[in-house]
Amino acid sequence: MSDTNYTQSIITAKKDIESVNDNSDKLAQEKPCLTVNDLSLYYDQKQALYDINLSIPEKRVSAFIGPSGCGKSTLLRCFNRMNDLVDNCRIEGNIHLHDEDIYARGVNVADLRQKIGMVFQKPNPFPKSIYENVAYGLRLQGEKNRRRTDEIVEKSLKGAALWDEVKDRLHDSALGLSGGQQQRLVIARAIAIEPEVLLLDEPASALDPISTLKIEELIHELKENYTIVIVTHNMQQAARVSDYTAFLYMGKLIEFDDTNNIFTNPSMKQTEDYITGRYG
Amino acid sequence: MDNPKAGQHISHQFNIELEEIRNRVLEMGGLVEQQINNAIKSIVDDDTELAHAVVQRDVKVNAAEVKIDEECSQILARRQPTASDLRLVVAVIKTITDLERIGDQAERIARMGLRLSEQERPKNGYHEIQNLGEHVARMMHDTLDAFARTDTEAALRVAKEDLSLDQEYDGIMRQSLTFMMEDPRMITRMLDVMWIARAIERIGDHSKNICEYIIYLVKGKNVRHTSLEMMEQEIQE
Repeated sequence: MSDTNYTQSIITAKKDIESVNDNSDKLAQEKPCLTVNDLSLYYDQKQALYDINLSIPEKRVSAFIGPSGCGKSTLLRCFNRMNDLVDNCRIEGNIHLHDEDIYARGVNVADLRQKIGMVFQKPNPFPKSIYENVAYGLRLQGEKNRRRTDEIVEKSLKGAALWDEVKDRLHDSALGLSGGQQQRLVIARAIAIEPEVLLLDEPASALDPISTLKIEELIHELKENYTIVIVTHNMQQAARVSDYTAFLYMGKLIEFDDTNNIFTNPSMKQTEDYITGRYG
Repeated sequence: MDNPKAGQHISHQFNIELEEIRNRVLEMGGLVEQQINNAIKSIVDDDTELAHAVVQRDVKVNAAEVKIDEECSQILARRQPTASDLRLVVAVIKTITDLERIGDQAERIARMGLRLSEQERPKNGYHEIQNLGEHVARMMHDTLDAFARTDTEAALRVAKEDLSLDQEYDGIMRQSLTFMMEDPRMITRMLDVMWIARAIERIGDHSKNICEYIIYLVKGKNVRHTSLEMMEQEIQE
């Protein structure tokens, strides 16, 4: 190694040591995809979310954790306006997808949900063939070209790491798949219409450990192309798959930070108590 | 419970396990501290029996390290600790490595003592080794105290104390060199004295390391290989 290289490597090593404690806002340097401003949500008189402010970074995995009833699923549903379907649900504040206010008048909710796809806890394939499940969204969009549909179905199934397992029985009923396969099929269905954001509400909680790992592996691959927000009860799962973690408690956002910080040295005591399994 | 950090887990068994490794570290630390004191004493009192005992008991220190290490692996595998629990386990794994090395140094000192006992004793009765040894034993004691009370201020004080130990060590080195130059017949004995001083000085370094782990445990900040000023800053944050 030449002298300058050597000196340079020494300087780099010194910086590495110094930067170990430098937790300065990695999050702030990310490009925001979804931005939540002063969001409050009420079911009738009962307030479920209190002044939530956060930005979901683009092409990263953000996880929401918190005890049952803390509002994490409610918050997730706000991102594609699923709460519109709930009676007496009222929202204050706003959410922007890039620069567009998704709660503005005139927003086409169907279009919005095309950009922001969602996968639920229990896999919900349609009682149709595997192929038709994935092609469903395309058909709704008016895609008629047979060859193009074939291509997208294959690409989506590959993207969801399911292709190899189903390629010989594409026209069998989707209901014959295992739970883990069904969940990946649902993800394939979601990515077939090329959304920007994928919302995953407890995507692995009904699955066995191996299927869970497959889904987690898939999430890791998907973040190259999609912004992913995942709600999970399994803290280890949040630690494994996410780049950023938000802790919600009683409808309030307590902390949203680099997952490494949250799980080694959270700044809020409530977060610490929750993730270490202490009484809050 | 008086320790606010413990006794609050929903899992009672997890509490017990974490408390257990803490206690075992303190136990091991106590053993190591005793080894240091005895090693120094064996030289000062020219007590070969005690020196032999120190050499023999090092195996207990080694056994303690292996045992605690094993328990930590178990906790990592079974509990997947996070945040301060994780930092406790990591700090413990590192602390016992340093404690084990301190144990090795104590054994080395005792072996050197056995060699010294075959030579003529100096008039001062190895006064400088006694002073340096007592100094490091105090540091060691304070380190264990800081660990038991997770007291970062105390840990910082010990880390600072290492500087003055190093100075004292330098003094012994210079003095030994002078003796050797004045009288070449002293060289054999002085070399042994220098090795002993060196071993004691290393114990100081290991104590300082442990203090850094204590700061990591409490503050979540890595202060290794940084200046004392930076350490002080991190503690005050």
